Amino acid sequence: MPNTQYAIRLEHITKTFGEVTANHDVSLEVHHGEILSLLGENGSGKTTLMNMIAGIYYPDEGEIYVGDEAVDIRSPRDALRLGIGMIHQHFKLVDVFTALENIALCMEPGEKFDLKKVRSKARAICEKYGFALDLDQKVYEMSVSQKQTLEIVKVLFRGADILILDEPTAVLTPQETDKLFAVMRNMKADGKAVVIITHKLHEVLTISDRVAILRRGEYVGDVATKDANEAMLTEMMVGKKVELDIERPLPVNPTRRLSVHHLSVTGPEGGRVLDDVSFDAYGGEILGIAGISGNGQKELLEAIAGLQRADGGAQIQFFAPGAEDKPTSLIGKTPKDIRDAGIHLSFVPEDRLGMGLVGSMGMTDNMMLKSYGKGHSPIVDRKSPRELAEEVRTELGVVTPGLNTPVSQLSGGNVQKVLVGRELAASPIVLMTAYAVRGLDINTSYTIYHLLNEQKKKGVAVIYVGEDLDVLLELCDRILVLCGGKANGILDARTTTKEEVGLRMTDLQSNKKEVRA
Amino acid sequence: MSSLIAWIMRAIPFGTIIMYGAMGETITEKSGNLNLGVPGIMYLGGFAGFASAYFYENNVANPNPVLSVIIALVCALVASALGGLIYAFLTISLRANQNVTGLALTTFGMGVANFFGVFILDGATYSAAPIANKAFAAKIPVLSQMGVLGQTVFSYGFLAYAAIVLAIVLHWFFNCTRAGLNLRAVGENPATADAAGINVTKYKYLATCIGAAICGVGGLYYVLDYNQGIWATTGQIEALGWLALALVIFTTWKPLNAIWGAYLFGILYWLYQFLPSLLGITVSSAMTDLVQMVPYVVTILVLIAVSMRRKKEDQPPAHLGLAYFREER
Amino acid sequence: MAAQTTHMAEPLVRIARREAAPLSRKIAVRAAAILLALVVDALFIFFVTGLNPINVYVVMWGGTFSTTVRFSWAMRDLATLLCIGIALAPAFKMRFWNIGAEGQVLVGGLATALIMVYFGNSLPAPALFVAMVVGSLAAGALWGFVPAWFKSRWNTNETLFTLMMNYVATSIVACATNIMRGQASSLGTLNKATKAGWLPILFGQRYTINIIVVLALTFAMYAYLKYSKHGYEIAVVGESENTARYAGINVRRVMVRTMIISGAICGLTGFLIVAGKDQTISTTSAGGNGFTAIIVAWLAKFNTFYMALISFLLVFLERGASEIASAYSLNEYAADIITGIILFFILGSEFFINYRLIWRGHHKEVKGE
Repeated sequence: MPNTQYAIRLEHITKTFGEVTANHDVSLEVHHGEILSLLGENGSGKTTLMNMIAGIYYPDEGEIYVGDEAVDIRSPRDALRLGIGMIHQHFKLVDVFTALENIALCMEPGEKFDLKKVRSKARAICEKYGFALDLDQKVYEMSVSQKQTLEIVKVLFRGADILILDEPTAVLTPQETDKLFAVMRNMKADGKAVVIITHKLHEVLTISDRVAILRRGEYVGDVATKDANEAMLTEMMVGKKVELDIERPLPVNPTRRLSVHHLSVTGPEGGRVLDDVSFDAYGGEILGIAGISGNGQKELLEAIAGLQRADGGAQIQFFAPGAEDKPTSLIGKTPKDIRDAGIHLSFVPEDRLGMGLVGSMGMTDNMMLKSYGKGHSPIVDRKSPRELAEEVRTELGVVTPGLNTPVSQLSGGNVQKVLVGRELAASPIVLMTAYAVRGLDINTSYTIYHLLNEQKKKGVAVIYVGEDLDVLLELCDRILVLCGGKANGILDARTTTKEEVGLRMTDLQSNKKEVRA
Repeated sequence: MSSLIAWIMRAIPFGTIIMYGAMGETITEKSGNLNLGVPGIMYLGGFAGFASAYFYENNVANPNPVLSVIIALVCALVASALGGLIYAFLTISLRANQNVTGLALTTFGMGVANFFGVFILDGATYSAAPIANKAFAAKIPVLSQMGVLGQTVFSYGFLAYAAIVLAIVLHWFFNCTRAGLNLRAVGENPATADAAGINVTKYKYLATCIGAAICGVGGLYYVLDYNQGIWATTGQIEALGWLALALVIFTTWKPLNAIWGAYLFGILYWLYQFLPSLLGITVSSAMTDLVQMVPYVVTILVLIAVSMRRKKEDQPPAHLGLAYFREER
Repeated sequence: MAAQTTHMAEPLVRIARREAAPLSRKIAVRAAAILLALVVDALFIFFVTGLNPINVYVVMWGGTFSTTVRFSWAMRDLATLLCIGIALAPAFKMRFWNIGAEGQVLVGGLATALIMVYFGNSLPAPALFVAMVVGSLAAGALWGFVPAWFKSRWNTNETLFTLMMNYVATSIVACATNIMRGQASSLGTLNKATKAGWLPILFGQRYTINIIVVLALTFAMYAYLKYSKHGYEIAVVGESENTARYAGINVRRVMVRTMIISGAICGLTGFLIVAGKDQTISTTSAGGNGFTAIIVAWLAKFNTFYMALISFLLVFLERGASEIASAYSLNEYAADIITGIILFFILGSEFFINYRLIWRGHHKEVKGE
C-alpha cells in the first residue's frame, strides 16, 4: 500500500525501444532525506529509468507514485509540477543564453517575468550553497564544471523535492566531486530525496545511504551502504564474481616510438587548448594520459593523428622499427599523408560514431574507412573489407545481425569492438585510444584492457587517455597529467597515488581567474 | 530631387511587403522551423484578402471601406495561418523534412491562389477591388501634405506604419518577455526547453501559424495597396517571398534590423529605375534586368560575412531545420 | 490501483521510433498515402467543379497515355525532372542542401543558347554540340562551385546561399535574353532557319536524345554513388565531417568536387532543355523543375531508380491536370494544387514508416509489435 514516507515509488516499470528492452519490471522507491545511489553497468537502464520519472520517456507498463498518489508523468512539465528535478548527463542548457536567462527558463508557470527577481533569487541560492557563478556569462563561454554548477542552480531555483543527478561527477576532479557531495548532503539535510546515478563504486560508498542495483534493465535489489562493499556491489551489478584486478606486465625492452616536443594547439576561439606539451612514448608500455575532460586530451591525440594543426615550433617524431635513428616528422601531415608514409598509427577516438565509424554503414563499409583509397581503380573493393569484417566479428565476438547492419544499431560495446578491431587490424606501432571503455559494461571493458595489454606485449606503444583514475593507476606504466592544456608532470603509475594525480589535474587552476563550484 | 523622392516612395512600400514576410518568417524560424513556403503563404494571404474584399464590394450595395479592410485582413490572416498549419502539422507532428515540405507548400499556395484567381478574373486580364485599395492605401491626412517630409514619410497606407510598430513589438517580445525567451530556447535547443517544462510543440505550432499569418499580411499589402488593388496572375509574389527569406538572413534574425533592411532592399530593388535618372544617365533595359539581382547579391554577401565572423549571436537558431522528438535516444 | 487520478491521464496517443520498417510496410504506407491523396484531390475537384471525379481521373490518365504524342511529351518532361533529380542526388547524399538547381539549370541553358546564337553559323555541327555541352556543364558547375567553396571554407549556410543564386541566375538570363532579342518583344525560337544546335530527331521522336541521355545518367549516377570511391567519400562526408577527416578524406575537396558535379549535371539539363526541347531560353526555362526535383531527390532517398518512379508520378499528375484543364476549361494551376496535395501526403506518410503510434490503453501489448 502507498505510504507517505516514500518520496517516489516505481512499480513494475517496463520500457522498450524497438527490440531493446531498456527496463523490465522495475520496482524501486526513494525516501525523503535519503541519498540513493542507482548503480548499474553502462547500458543497464539507469538513465532510462530516471528519465521516466523526469518525464522524458513514458513507461510502457507500470505505475509511478509520488507521495502516495499515483501519477502519470507525461512530460518534463508534469515532473516539475510534482517537484521532480533532474540534472542530465548531457547538459540541458541554451548555449547563446546567459546563465541568468537559462535560469529564467525554469520559472514557475504563471510567474511574472521579472529578471531582477530571478537574479536576486539565483544569487541567494549561490550564496547559500557557496557557488561562484557569473550570472551574465554566456553558456558557450563556460567550462564544463561551470555548466554543471549552473545546472544545479537551475534545479534548486525551481525548488525540487526529488532530485536526480545523472553521472554528475564524470566531468569533475576528485576535489570538485567532494564539493558537489557536500551540496548533496546539504540537500538531504533539507529533507529532499536525492538519487545519484553512477557506476563508480567508491563514490557510491562515500555519498549514499542506500544503493539500488540494476542489471540489464532489471532490478537486482538494494542494500544499505553501510552493509556494502565493492566486491559485493560488483557481483550484484555484473551477476557473477569478477576479478577486478587488471593485469600489468612489466615493459619489455622499451623502445622510443613517438616523441612529442613543445606541442601547442590553438583552439577555434583563439586560446591555447594545448600548451607546450612534451613527452615520449615507448613501445612495450602503456602511457596513460589523465586530466579533466576538455583539458587538451582530445587535441593532443588529434594533433598527433594529423587532425589538428600544431602551432609553430612543435615537433612530433615517429620512430619506425628498424629505423630508430631516422625519425619521421608528423608535423603538417594529414591522416592520409601519415598512412601513405607507411606509418602504422592507429587511433581509437573518443567519439566513436561521430569520428571513428560511420553510423549508417555496416561493418564491411566501416572496415574500409581508412583503406578504401588503395589502388588506382575508381571502383571500391569490398571483398577484403568483408573478409576483415568477418574476422573481427568472430575474433572479438561482435554481436550484429549482419555485416551490412548499420553499426549505429549495435550496442555501445559492439560498436567499440568494431572500431578497436579495425584499428588493431592495421598492426599499429603506436596505438592511441581515447576513453576506450567509456559507456561499456564491465566485461567489455576488461576485454578492451586485455586487448591493450596484448598490444603492449607485442611491443606496441600504447597511449591510453582515460577518465577513471583507478583504472589508469592499475593499467598504465606511466601517467602524463594534463591540466589546462599543459603537461603537469609524468608520474610512475606503480608508485603514485590517486590524490597526487587528482591534485595535478587541477593545481594549475590557481593561476586562472576562474572560480569553481 | 524629385526622382529621389519618387525612389523613396517606391522603396518604402516595396520594403513593407517583404518586411511582413521577413518578420513572419523570423517568428517561425525562432522556433526552429525553416519554412521555405513563404512565397506560397504570401500568395494565400494576398489572394484571400483580395478575394474577400472583391466579393464584399461586388455583393453589397454600399460597401463600407473600414469593413472591407477588416474583412480582407481577417481573411488574409486566416488563410495564411491555415497554410502555416499544414506546414506545422507535417513538420512538427509528422516530423517531415522542413525544406521539402516548405517547397511543396510554395507549390500548393501558388496553385490555390492562381487557380481560384482565374475564376475571379473570369477571362479578364485583371480584376480590381478599388474600395479596399482606397482604404488600404489612404495616406495620413494633413501630414502627407507637408512637402517633401509629408511625401516621403507620411504618404503610405496604414499597413506600412503597422509594420514598423510590429517590428518594435517583436523586438520587445523576443527580448523582454517570458514567452519570447521560451520561444528562442525552443529554436536553440528544444530538449532543454522541454526539460524546463516548456511545451515545445505548442510553441512551434503557434510560432509557425502566427508567423505564417504575418507573412500573409505581406501578400495582402502587395495586392491591395502596392499593386493598387489589382489581382493578376503573375509570378511576382513568388520572387517577393524569396526576397523576404533573404531579408531574414540579412537581419540576422533581429526584427529591428528588418525596418531599415527592408527599405534598403526596396531602394536596391528600384535602383535600376531611379539611379540612372538621378545621375542623369541612360542605361539599356538589359542592364536594368541585371541590376535586379543586387538585393540577392547583397544577401549573399551578408551570409558570407556572418559565416566568416562566426559571432554566436548572429547565427541562425541552432536547431533550425531539425525536427524534435523527445524520446530520441 | 484505486488511487488513479484523473487530472493527469495517460496521453491519448504516444509515438515511438520504429526500427527499420520492412519493405512491405514501406510500400503499403506510400501506396496508402497516394490513394488518400487522390481521394482528397477527387473531393477537391468535385466541390470546386461539381464534376464526377472518376471521369476526371479517366481524363487525367489520358493526359499521359491517350496518344503516343502525349506519351512522348510525358517522357520529355520526365527526362527533365529526373535529370535534375539525378544532379541533386550526390549533393543531398553529402547532406548539402542544394536548393539552387533552378539557377544552375538556367545558367546551363543560357550558356547553351549563347553558343547556339553566336557560333551557330560558324562552327560545324559536331563542334557546335561539343561547345554547347561543355559550355552548359561549365556554367552549371560554376553555379555549384561558388556556394560549395564558401561552405567548405567558412561553413556558409548553403540552403540560403544556393537559393539566392537562383535569382542571380534569373537576372543574368533576363539580361542576356534582353540583349539577344534586341528590339523584338520576345526571344522566339533560336536558329529557326538553320536549326543549328538543335538536337536531331532520332527514331522519329524529337526527344529521343534527351531520354537516352537521362537514362544513361540514371544508371551512371546510381553506380557512381554505390560503387565508386567518390561515392564512398560522399557518403562518409554526408554522415560526419569529423569521420571523414579522421579517415583522411579531404572534406573541402570532396564538397567542392561533388557540388561541381551536381551543378554541372544541372547545367547539362539546361542544355537538354534548350537544345533538345524548347530551342529557346527565358527566365522560366527551368519552369520550377529545379524545386520539384528537390522533392523528388529527397523522397527517393538518393536512389536514382526511385527518382524515376517518383518523377513519373509527378509528371503524370502534371500532364493529367493540364488535360483536365483543357477538357473542362479549368486552368492549369489545378496541377499545382493536385501535386501539392499528393506531396503533402507522401511527406506525411514517412512518419508512419519511421514511427509508430501507441494509443491510450494499448500500451500493455506493445511488445507484440
